[in-house]
Amino acid sequence: MTKHLSIITMLIGMIFTSFSHTTFAASPYITVASTTSTKNSGLYDYLLPEFTRQTGIDVRIIAVGTGQAIRLAKAGDADVLLVHHKSSELAFVAEGYGLNRLDVMYNDFVIIGPASDPASIKNYDNTIEAFKSIAASKAVFMSRGDDSGTYKKELSLWQQAGIDVKSHSGTWYRETGSGMGATLNTASGMGGYTLSDRATWLKFSNKGDLEILVEGDPTLFNQYGIILVSQARHPHTKSTLAQTFIDWITSPDGQDLIDRYRIDGQRAFFANARPKIQ
Amino acid sequence: MNDFSTAFGTAFSLMINLDSALVEIVGLSLHVSLTAVLFAALIGLPVGAAMALFRFPGRSIISVILSALMGLPPVVVGLFVYLLLSRAGPFGVLGLLFSPTAMIIAQTLLVTPIIAALTRQVIEDLWNEYEDQLRSLGAGPARALPTLLWDGRFSLITTILAGFGRASGEVGAVMIVGGNIDHVTRVMTTSIALEVSKGDLALALGLGIILIFLSIGVSGTAFLVRRMAEQRHG
Repeated sequence: MTKHLSIITMLIGMIFTSFSHTTFAASPYITVASTTSTKNSGLYDYLLPEFTRQTGIDVRIIAVGTGQAIRLAKAGDADVLLVHHKSSELAFVAEGYGLNRLDVMYNDFVIIGPASDPASIKNYDNTIEAFKSIAASKAVFMSRGDDSGTYKKELSLWQQAGIDVKSHSGTWYRETGSGMGATLNTASGMGGYTLSDRATWLKFSNKGDLEILVEGDPTLFNQYGIILVSQARHPHTKSTLAQTFIDWITSPDGQDLIDRYRIDGQRAFFANARPKIQ
Repeated sequence: MNDFSTAFGTAFSLMINLDSALVEIVGLSLHVSLTAVLFAALIGLPVGAAMALFRFPGRSIISVILSALMGLPPVVVGLFVYLLLSRAGPFGVLGLLFSPTAMIIAQTLLVTPIIAALTRQVIEDLWNEYEDQLRSLGAGPARALPTLLWDGRFSLITTILAGFGRASGEVGAVMIVGGNIDHVTRVMTTSIALEVSKGDLALALGLGIILIFLSIGVSGTAFLVRRMAEQRHG
C-alpha cells in the first residue's frame, strides 16, 4: 500500500519537475493584444524572432478580434495594442487608455467568393456596387459577425450600399461569429462570398474553389496602428519594454522587414510608419 | 478525402521526427492537464466521498448541482477565470492571466465537479454494500471515508481518467485564459484550433491524431498500473 503511494508520489514529482523549468523561464517579455489577421498571416513568426534577437525581449501575442483586443488593453491585460480600426484606436487614446497612436503598415481587404460567382461581381472595381449586386441576387455572404476590425469594415460597406443586412441575417446573410479563418472555412464549405484581409487570405490553405473577385478599390484600404497602453492608467504595464518594441517596429529596421515579408511570393503588408520627428 | 491521408502522414512524420515544437506543445499539454487533474482529485475525491457518507441539510440539492456542473461548458469556466484574473478583476494583481497557471486553475475548476460527482457514486455504492460490516467494526462515516476511498481506488482511477479526458480535450477554457501564446501557453487543442483557422486542415487533423495517441498512452498507463496492483493485492 505505502509502496504504491510512494510510486504515485514519485510520478507526480516527475511531472512537476520535468516541465516547471521550461515553462517558467524568466526572460523579459511584453504582451501585445493584436488581431487574428496579423497572427494568421505568419507575420509575427517572421518578425518577432529578429526583435527578440536584437533586444532580448520576448513578445507574447494575444490574437483576438480588434474589439476584444481593445477591451483586453483597456483592462490592462496587455502592454501594447496593434489592431486595424482607426476610429476605435483613436477613441482608445482619447479615453486615456493609450498614448500616441502610430501607423505601422497597411494592406487591403479583398472580396472572396466562389469561382462560379453567382452574383457576377468579378472585375467590379467598385466595392459598394459589388455588395449591392450580392444583396440583389441573394447570394450567400458569410460575415464575421464578431467585433473585429474586418467586421466593422464590412458593416460600413453595407451601410454605404444602403443595405440593412441585419434584416437578412440567417437567410443569405450569415454571421459566423468567428475569426477570419473559420469564416473562410465556412465560405469555402458553402460556396459563399466574404470580406477578408489580404494577408489571412494569402496564408489560408483551405481555399477550395474560392478566389479573389474584387480588389484594388481604394475604399478597401486596411491600416494597422500601434498604441502604447498608458502606464498612468495601468501602473503594472511594462512601458519601457513596450516602447522599445514600438520604436523598433516603426524604425527603418522593423519597417524594412515588414516590407520584405512574402506569403507564397506575394507581398502581404506595406510598412508606412512615419519617420520619427526628432 | 485527400486530407485524411495527408493528416496521417503529417501525424506520423511529426511523431517520428520528434518535432521540437510538437514536443514542447505536448509537454505543456500534459503539464497543464495532469496538474489540473491532480488538484481536482485532491479536492474532488474527499468532497465526493463526504457527499456519499454524511447526511446534512441540502445534501441532495448540492448533489444535483454537482452533477449538473459536470456539463459546464469550458468557455464559461474560461470566461469566469478570465474575469477573476484580468488586471481589472479581483485577482488581477497576481498577473496570472495568459500563463500556464491560469490554464491549470481553469481546468481544475472544470474537472473537479466531474471527479467529485463520480466519486460520490462510487463511494455510495461501496457504503451501501459495506455499511453494516463497517458499523459492526465500530467505523462510522468519518472512519469509513479513507477506507472506502482506498477500497474503491480501481474504480476511482477511471473517474480520474474521465477528468483527464475532459481536461486534455477542451479548448474553450485554455484558449481564453492562456491566449494560445507560442512557446508559453500553446497546447495541443489550441494549436489545432489555430491550424483550423489557417485553413491547414490536414495539419490540424494530424495534431488531433497525436492527441488521441496521447490519451491512449495515458489511459493505457492507468490500465497497466491497475492491472499490476490488482495482481499484487489479489
